[in-house]
Amino acid sequence: MAEVYRLRADPEHTAPAVPLAEYQPGGTAVWLEAGDDARLLVPHLGALRRIDIAFPKFREGRGYSSARILREAGFTGEIRAVGVLYVDQLMFLTRAGFDAVLPETPIDPAVAEQTLKRFPFVYMKATDAVQPVWELRERA
Amino acid sequence: MYRYDEYDQAVVDARVAEFRDQVERRLKNEISEEAFKPLRLMNGLYLQLHAYMLRVAIPYGTVDSRQMRMLAHIARRYDRGYGHFTTRQNIQYNWMKLEEMPDLLADLASVEMHAFQTSGNCIRNISSDQFAAAAADEIADPRPYAELLRQWSTLHPEFSFLPRKFKIAVTGSTIDRAAIKLHDIGLELVQNEAGEIGLKVLVGGGMGRTPMLGHVIREYLPVADYLSYMEAILRVYNRHGRRDNIYKARIKILVNDLGPAEFARQVEEEWALVKPLGLDPPPSELARIAAHFAPPVLDANAPVEIDLSNPDFANWVAVNTHPHKAPGYTIVTISLKAPGEIPGDASADQMDIIADLAQRYAGDEIRVTHAQNLVLPHVRRADLFDLWQVLVSAGLATANLDRASDIISCPGLDYCTLANARSIPIAQKLAVKLAPQEADLGELKIKVSGCINGCGHHHAGHIGILGVDRKGEENYQLLLGGSGAEDATLAKILGPGFDENGIVTAVEKVIDRYKTLRADPAERFLDTYRRVGAEPFKEAVYG
Ligand code: HEM
Ligand code: SF4
Repeated sequence: MAEVYRLRADPEHTAPAVPLAEYQPGGTAVWLEAGDDARLLVPHLGALRRIDIAFPKFREGRGYSSARILREAGFTGEIRAVGVLYVDQLMFLTRAGFDAVLPETPIDPAVAEQTLKRFPFVYMKATDAVQPVWELRERA
Repeated sequence: MYRYDEYDQAVVDARVAEFRDQVERRLKNEISEEAFKPLRLMNGLYLQLHAYMLRVAIPYGTVDSRQMRMLAHIARRYDRGYGHFTTRQNIQYNWMKLEEMPDLLADLASVEMHAFQTSGNCIRNISSDQFAAAAADEIADPRPYAELLRQWSTLHPEFSFLPRKFKIAVTGSTIDRAAIKLHDIGLELVQNEAGEIGLKVLVGGGMGRTPMLGHVIREYLPVADYLSYMEAILRVYNRHGRRDNIYKARIKILVNDLGPAEFARQVEEEWALVKPLGLDPPPSELARIAAHFAPPVLDANAPVEIDLSNPDFANWVAVNTHPHKAPGYTIVTISLKAPGEIPGDASADQMDIIADLAQRYAGDEIRVTHAQNLVLPHVRRADLFDLWQVLVSAGLATANLDRASDIISCPGLDYCTLANARSIPIAQKLAVKLAPQEADLGELKIKVSGCINGCGHHHAGHIGILGVDRKGEENYQLLLGGSGAEDATLAKILGPGFDENGIVTAVEKVIDRYKTLRADPAERFLDTYRRVGAEPFKEAVYG
């Protein structure tokens, strides 16, 4: 595995993530498999500081829903995408609620920065603060 | 017609720049073909048997003359002078060069077009009724609702890696020309008792390997809840759709496994959670979009009566035009099915001519139909004769809409890597054989696919033909009794398959038997089949 690419300013929470099935209330880091139900964590979001979500295959897409559900439930800690991920997916990941990525092949931070600036506008609300174009149009 | 504003244009331009960058990295070998493949697929670029194929999105099948001329330009400049209109109202180019793609996409962007999400496991091009805003039978133009979906689904952060591709169709009429029961989500505009427009929501239809008809999960969805409800459906599918087997990954399998009622319950439960998040745009956004689709100013005094003394012209008018909302106007379908030609193909010159005609006679609009034909939606009846004469000289006046030679065909083994058999030559042979008697046969929809994926809609054919591989030989199965319209049914296999000549003979036998069985000359093949069942046809073919 390459290095973690983080978009958070706070220090990395390095506790090992325990699998969901072994998670004990009060634990601060947990590991979700792609098919795990993120909603099971909702009662524990106050204690959690990092949630890792697995992307075992490029085609895997459930993690995007998991992250969004966690953000919608108010989680403000780190959500880390781990697995087969490329820089070209960064916009999807960050808008869905991820703020850290641990990819199999390293992400070049310069390319990442460029990629994240690529699309000046978005069409739909997500978990970030970016206003969708319908809101911008409404304001105009 | 919808016009991009600065936001829409900026997003499409950014996409072109992104792909230019990705292609450059690929050509310099900075990324492998394996890593590049999903990126090019997100931009509609497939690798076929002989070359790259590009699929360009035609949202809800609507283009104007300027865009049609650009499609012609692309055919000339980047392809071999042709384009292929598809059953999903898109256009495909079959002979693409990777290094030219960025320039091509920039050309498209200059006329507000793109190839976003025409491939991959994402929400694909939204299709709609080709007679939108013109048909006498619609309650409202479905295209603003489709455009709202197009925008919402473009680069969606949660739904760009679905278990499988996702197709949505929207219609504004009870006469279903958009095959809404055969889509992952089908939407029909309906009115409630107060006369307000809402959406009837169907989920779980689809063709391919396991054809199924969609189920209604909501009789009336208020427009104010439209996008949040779509989010809920997609989220349930994204989380619970099967990912272990691509043949079982479409939403139809999930809906079928859970049962439509349980699926609907899960959607409602999810929707209760996402509704308060404020995902739905205010009504002003739909109104803004709808204003773009204001119909052209029509001449209230346009004459209804026209001179039909030329029999070829009269025949074409009878077969290829439909009633328009406004008296004195009509809807023209231009057939891309001249018998012997490749179904859905148009040359660059033909595209230019159609663009001219649209500008001169049809409110500057052209529609692509899911039967691979083109439509001029708003034509004065008084202009029909002039228009027809131009079509005749361009080889575009074939009068065969919905008849035996108006055959849908997928590209098949002539182009497609997944094919088991050729489909275009079968369609060509059948069209040539059947054209002489098609007037007598009336409505007859024949659809040909080159493999079980069913891109040629064979399951929705009154007569469907499916190419399969039989011990290394091309073999064709015959299916009867399908329909993709409001009376949707799935066609059933009649019996053992045939070789290339055998399938043509078998179809002829079916048709001969129909002629002896029909209750009266007006009874369609499909209705005769539904009345008498498969047996008499089995006997005619195999007996
Ligand atoms: C390179 C060429 C093509 C490839 C590789 C391809 C691939 C596929 C595959 C694998 C499926 C089955 C999906 C499933 O059942 O989950 C499918 C379905 C379909 N394709 Fe294609 N296709 C191609 C060209 C076309 C063309 C030219 C058209 C239009 C003429 C088309 C329209 C459709 C439609 C309408 C369906 C079935 C509807 C549904 O998804 O339920 N495809 N295609
Ligand atoms: S039906 Fe099969 S052969 Fe025809 S285009 Fe689709 S995948 Fe290719």
